Amino acid sequence: MSTPVVDYHALAPEIILTATIVIVLLVDVFGGNRERVLAPRLASIGVLAAFIPVITLAIDGADRSMFGGAYVVDNYALAFKGFFLAVTYLTLLLSFDYIGDGDYYQGEYYVLLLTSVLGLMTMASARDLITIFVSLETISIPTFVLAGWRKHDTKSNEAAIKYYLIGVMSSGVMLYGMSLIYGVTNATKLAEIAQAVVHPEHAALLAVATFLTLVGFAFKVSAVPFHFWVPDTYEGAPTPVTAFLSVASKAGGFVAILTVVAVAFGNPHSPAWSSVQWTLWVLAAASMTLGNLTALRQTNMVRMLAYSSIAQGGFMLVPLAVAGDAPRSAIQAVVVYLLIYGAMNLGAFAVVIAVARKTGSGEIASYAGLGQTDPILAIIMTGFLLSLAGIPPLAGWFAKFMMFRAALDAGTTAGTTLAVIAAVNSVIAFFYYAAVVRKMWFHAPVGERAQLPTPAALTMAMSISAAIVVVIGVYPQFFARIGELAKF
Amino acid sequence: MDWINHWGLSLAVFLPLVGMGILLMIPKAEESSIKATALVTSLLTLAVAVAVAAKFDYDHTGRLQQQVNKPWIDVIHSRYHIGIDGVSLPLFLLSAFIVVLCIVYSWDHFPEPHNPKAFLALILLLETGMMGTFVAQDLILFFIFFEVVLLPMFFMIGVWGGPNREYASIKFFLFTLFGSAMMLVSFVALFFLSKIHTFDMVVLSKLHGAGIAHSTELLVFAGMFLGFAIKVPMFPFHTWLPDAHTEAPTVGSVILAAVLLKLGTYGFIRIAMPMLPGAARSWAPWIGLLAVIGIIYGALGCLAQKDMKRLIAFSSVAHMGFVMLAISTRTSFGYNAAVFGMVAHGLITGMLFFLAGSVQERYHTREMSRLGGLLTQAPRMGWLLGFCAMASLGLPGLAGFWGEFPSLLAAYNPAHGQSDALFRTYMVVAAVGTVLAAGYLLWMLQKVAFGTPKDEFANAHIHDVHPPEWIAWAPLLALIVVLGLFPNLLFKVTDGAVTKLLGV
Repeated sequence: MSTPVVDYHALAPEIILTATIVIVLLVDVFGGNRERVLAPRLASIGVLAAFIPVITLAIDGADRSMFGGAYVVDNYALAFKGFFLAVTYLTLLLSFDYIGDGDYYQGEYYVLLLTSVLGLMTMASARDLITIFVSLETISIPTFVLAGWRKHDTKSNEAAIKYYLIGVMSSGVMLYGMSLIYGVTNATKLAEIAQAVVHPEHAALLAVATFLTLVGFAFKVSAVPFHFWVPDTYEGAPTPVTAFLSVASKAGGFVAILTVVAVAFGNPHSPAWSSVQWTLWVLAAASMTLGNLTALRQTNMVRMLAYSSIAQGGFMLVPLAVAGDAPRSAIQAVVVYLLIYGAMNLGAFAVVIAVARKTGSGEIASYAGLGQTDPILAIIMTGFLLSLAGIPPLAGWFAKFMMFRAALDAGTTAGTTLAVIAAVNSVIAFFYYAAVVRKMWFHAPVGERAQLPTPAALTMAMSISAAIVVVIGVYPQFFARIGELAKF
Repeated sequence: MDWINHWGLSLAVFLPLVGMGILLMIPKAEESSIKATALVTSLLTLAVAVAVAAKFDYDHTGRLQQQVNKPWIDVIHSRYHIGIDGVSLPLFLLSAFIVVLCIVYSWDHFPEPHNPKAFLALILLLETGMMGTFVAQDLILFFIFFEVVLLPMFFMIGVWGGPNREYASIKFFLFTLFGSAMMLVSFVALFFLSKIHTFDMVVLSKLHGAGIAHSTELLVFAGMFLGFAIKVPMFPFHTWLPDAHTEAPTVGSVILAAVLLKLGTYGFIRIAMPMLPGAARSWAPWIGLLAVIGIIYGALGCLAQKDMKRLIAFSSVAHMGFVMLAISTRTSFGYNAAVFGMVAHGLITGMLFFLAGSVQERYHTREMSRLGGLLTQAPRMGWLLGFCAMASLGLPGLAGFWGEFPSLLAAYNPAHGQSDALFRTYMVVAAVGTVLAAGYLLWMLQKVAFGTPKDEFANAHIHDVHPPEWIAWAPLLALIVVLGLFPNLLFKVTDGAVTKLLGV
């Protein structure tokens, strides 16, 4: 028995993050009031520092595999690590003033947030069911607490409790599914599972096992019909946390599904694929359709964005449902969709926070006349919403395009039908995004507005997201390469 | 002037965008410099477009000229490929030309809620989309430009439109978005089905859908059909049009009628028909059927209208029916007629919408039962309305005739493989449509221009045509006459190109 090889360069981003978490925690515990205010700064410095090894590893380019192949640092992992760090940085920008103004404990907030990010970082590298499970839990558990951060608000309490109960239950279901997979294949490493599922001994049991595992993931990515916790949790949680949940932790779930499907069950000749395929197909179609139809009826901005994120999740499941027949296009599509979705959704939440500071309201009605009272915010919000709707030349069109491309690349009836369902849904989606646009531009302003300047951090978050959305929309080439990195 | 060959088209497409950028940086209060910037941008764009036309080799109108083919999104095999031929050129020029006139027309009277900065910025954005669509030679590039057009029009109707603007704007957008979503699915499907995986329109047109099973081809064509037919709009997808036209500000209606509707018919000629000729042959009788239904339905719809602008909108449905009938014959004669019909409809209906807008501005109503006696109160405007009505009903010697009459002739002799009897029936029905057209246009003229003013306006001071109106209208009127007298100016340009597209 030899000791495991530890590649410190490969683990450097995670090590830096862990060190940051420890430092922020120590400062909060032992520091005085003067030191404690440093917590947000320390957290953002840590996140930016973690970028450095990600970049050096990307330049190095070698695939690094540890712990018997359970933990891999390749370009695919690095792309997601970079993405998660960027999302975290943007979330921190959204949080500074929100948490600072709200008289909340700052230190713990950042510790919990960064711990969740640590889970995301390991998720990107996980190639083993156990690593994936541990990563998912590391992502989820801190966010249960974060969702209840506004502890004097009953809605926030409700958000946390719902999220917690559903999260724990889904973990149980998923773990049971994983244990069955282990029972059938005698392996936890995805690559070994892939070999075992070509001619499995217990095909029926394997179908049940993959179904249960996918159901667990479906809770995490809030796919219909496992989505009912989402609107309440999103509405009750502090808005920066909601932004984080809707982008980062959702993306964490998608990385899990993507890795599991692409590495272990993506072989179209395996009997496991057909049950995986149909489960994903139904989840995708249901999430798109129900998410969109319910979003149409929302009057609260955050709830609308919650249902919109369910529908967007459905669009992201589309390529996964054809991953067996068109693996390259499918992986590329999911990666590209996640990255673009991250930028536009975070941007939209940044505007929601900025507007709520002024109007004190999250109702869509309070956006009336924003085009007159605050044209810059209104223009930026219009951009994000139209990007979410997939209107060119904003980045969202390219995400949707890659999704259509993957679905049609499969050349199967199932894929083509799903593409048509997605096309119809993208039209329905436009209606509710446009409803906000219409409120902002076609209606007269109502109610009182505080003449508050938008904080610098928030402005920066909006500018970064807006720049990404425009640049990618016009010239997706550079960016789309990132999706090609996967070499499963 | 050699740079025109390489840069002319891109310059004409993106100049308006640059102008929009500059315009957005000018403070809102400096209205005159905002207007000047917009006008100069549109004039420069027109100048570049004219230079492109001057450099164009009229001996080989079928050849795609002044091509630029640069990498754009390699990952999906989409390239920045633009070029111009005899079908694109007239529409390209028309777009640049109409925008200038629209900016001149709006000079002094921006519709409520005023805000020239936003209004002009949207027009310039619209121009980029329109110009780009007509020169794009890559399906994805085409799709992008095709979609870019939607947003500015959505805002123009929604912000500056009439009382029912919200409903009209969202209806316009949802209809077109549905079509273009289906169209995009078809484009991507075509990419994977064709022997060479490419989005290049030139290559795909040459392939003629080779190697695609007929049943699949029919479905792919159906997706494109939805995208383009909604834009045209063909019966039964036309219902967004009367609402959009009625509610849109004058300039919005003009651009909508003059250029945006042509994006659909252009799509048929450039993309759907040549790339999937097998499916086009099977679909042609149905397209022809919908076209003639559109002609009759549009005409009958006109006769039921009380609102002058709505009547002109319905007449668009009928006129575009003629264009689609010509396209459905799949003959070079028909295609020539179609392109001519597109340009003529753009000039004439654009002009009619200008007039309707000016009438409304003076009388604050477009209800024909309240109007009357325009000829006594503003004789010049009354005569212009008469002139345009004549042009629109297809009076020989004016441009409208050369769109309508050859399209009927083309239906007499459709392409090989189509039923002569069927298309000749269509021809007869469409001919009835021309009679109806004369009916509703003269009826409108009689209601609005003839007779004496109604009591409520008897003592109103109605200003005759303003100088900015003259400047905006004179070029349109001149072109209606010139193209009416010398149709070959246009037919010669389009003929080579349509022959090439038909692949005969």
